[in-house]
Amino acid sequence: MNGLTFDIAHLLAGGLVLVSFMMLYQDRLFALINVFALHAIVLALSVAWQAYIQDAHHLYVTAAIALVFKAIVIPVGLHRIIQRLGIHRDVETAVGIGTTMLAGIGLVTLSMVLMLRVTPEADPLAREDLAFALSIILLGLLVMVTRRNAVSQVVGFMSLENGLVLAATGAKGMPLVVEISVAFSILIAFIVIGVFLFRIRERFDSVDVGALDDYRGEHR
Amino acid sequence: MTAFSLDAVAAILLIPVFAAALLAALPKYRISAGVNVAASLLTLLAALSLLVTDRPQPGQYLLVDDLNIVFIVLNTFVGFTTSVFSASYIAHELESGRLTVPNLRFYHAMYQVMMFGMNLAFVSNNIGLMWVAVELATLTTVLMVGIYRTHEALEAAWKYFILGSVGIALALFGTILVYMAAQPVVGEGTNAMVWTVLIAHAARFDPALLNVAFIFLLLGYGTKVGLAPLHAWLPDAHAEGPTPISAVLSGLLLNVALYAVLRFKLLLAASPEAIAPGPLMITMGLTSLVFAAFMLYRRRDIKRLFAYSSIEHMGIIVFAFGIGGPLANFAGLLHMVMHSLTKSAIFFTVGHIAQVKGTQNIAEIRGLTETHPALGWALVIGVVAIAGLPPLGIFMSEFLVVSSTFARHPLLAMPLVFGILLAFGALLLRLTGVAFGEPRGSTAPAEASYIPMYSHLALVFAAGIYLPPPLVTWFQHVASILG
Repeated sequence: MNGLTFDIAHLLAGGLVLVSFMMLYQDRLFALINVFALHAIVLALSVAWQAYIQDAHHLYVTAAIALVFKAIVIPVGLHRIIQRLGIHRDVETAVGIGTTMLAGIGLVTLSMVLMLRVTPEADPLAREDLAFALSIILLGLLVMVTRRNAVSQVVGFMSLENGLVLAATGAKGMPLVVEISVAFSILIAFIVIGVFLFRIRERFDSVDVGALDDYRGEHR
Repeated sequence: MTAFSLDAVAAILLIPVFAAALLAALPKYRISAGVNVAASLLTLLAALSLLVTDRPQPGQYLLVDDLNIVFIVLNTFVGFTTSVFSASYIAHELESGRLTVPNLRFYHAMYQVMMFGMNLAFVSNNIGLMWVAVELATLTTVLMVGIYRTHEALEAAWKYFILGSVGIALALFGTILVYMAAQPVVGEGTNAMVWTVLIAHAARFDPALLNVAFIFLLLGYGTKVGLAPLHAWLPDAHAEGPTPISAVLSGLLLNVALYAVLRFKLLLAASPEAIAPGPLMITMGLTSLVFAAFMLYRRRDIKRLFAYSSIEHMGIIVFAFGIGGPLANFAGLLHMVMHSLTKSAIFFTVGHIAQVKGTQNIAEIRGLTETHPALGWALVIGVVAIAGLPPLGIFMSEFLVVSSTFARHPLLAMPLVFGILLAFGALLLRLTGVAFGEPRGSTAPAEASYIPMYSHLALVFAAGIYLPPPLVTWFQHVASILG
């Protein structure tokens, strides 16, 4: 493999991990969504680069979906939802930023150690993509568990899904990648519509045991 | 003959699709309930025809083999009886105003889409396609769990949605890793996702990559099986959705995810240097069993009670498959079938009981055998069966699980027996009040359909007394495939 093509792919995938980190310390919803849009743009570039170096034209479709749907349509939609629900001022991290960042570093280390160790024989590009992808997935999970707000949970899930798309495009010649990215887009559209229609503001986990009993039918 | 059985596979998939399109267009709910039953019956017949005809050659996308045919027949059978139950259940929901006619149109169409998703997951020979099918089945059940639009129902649906999505995301990552492991051996492209090709070459796959893949797949699909500690969605989804959906969730959807886990377990077992999948499954199974058994004691909602019982039984089943070997696999398979039949029968009964009494609160449901003998005794038989008392089918399968564990790993049998006895106590404790206590609440006669619940219970009873030899040989054969 040519050194430059490899470096660019490496740069874009690494950039994606960096943007995931940026999500961890956003404490305003609008800022979080803007960072997510950036995440989607970097993903689109990365997928398009993979399409170019693997000479796999169908991957351009996945890149286009990432660019149009995830970087433009969804963020614009979420902006509107937040304004309608009147939650744009909310500061909603459940865990301190320092702790979250440390946990994030731990997760990235974990995925690097794990993936690089188990894939010594794989194609170096696919191997690093996989390690980066696992980092992004774990960071996405971290965003989901450290936020109280339903919208930011959705953002966490979408960044997690970006990691999956990166892994799928990195696996050379994998079939069904386009189909899977379309399926995921539909899933996300469902989630976003659900949030909007049912005005789900918060995730339903609560440390308040009384509230918990109430909707579990324990004291009906 | 080959052409005919190919048609049977196509029929299993196409009947639900066409029925869904038709049901989405039909405005009258009585007709659509009938169409729903008819379509489910046709699908069941198509599935049964697979038993007698020659099987089609496995293609790149579809496959019928000895393993999945058990699941397909069970799936279509319970799908059919649930549609019969659903017809009488929803008529009452419409009267009481909890559902509207447009809701029902949506509900019926989604029911068939869900059947399509589950059938597709079973017959798919492609791990990517299987993943898409499981996702489809999950999405449709999410929509149906939230159909009452109450705060609790939406919350349950949301929780199910988020946890389920994380589950399928992890499963997809596992699937990608399996592809990565297969790609150097099998070559690029669709072939590296075809299950029959994978299993033939699994011995040469990179074992380390397969190990990591299996962990992700077990966590991902395990979320859907309802294994502790990933079970949090399950009780809410069962309690807040319509009861026919609780029945198919417990009876069928958990099996779909279990089937996916089993397929990948086989793949791992075929690779000599990979870790043994058994201990992981045993640990998760035992955790689920003991955890759910404790949770059974403090339940006040009757559907939630049986949802925890489903976690308990899925724990036993995963444990049995984790132990492995012909006897434990046989026991696990039998237990899975018995649990599906019994649990859906219980939910059919509980659905009608909750409608008659107007509540799901256990404390307000008392003395059912006096006020509604047919429902009350169905519940008694169902709970006695699910608690594992002889002579019913679950006693036999649980006995087989326990005895095969004693034979091979006596120490593991202790927590297993402890969990089973604990759950047994909780269920009988609740049952005595509900069935035999001082009558309380409405005594209005129930407009119930008794055929689905009693036919399931009769099957479970018959299986406890006598298993026909052809069935035994069939299950033994499947158990030997499972290794």
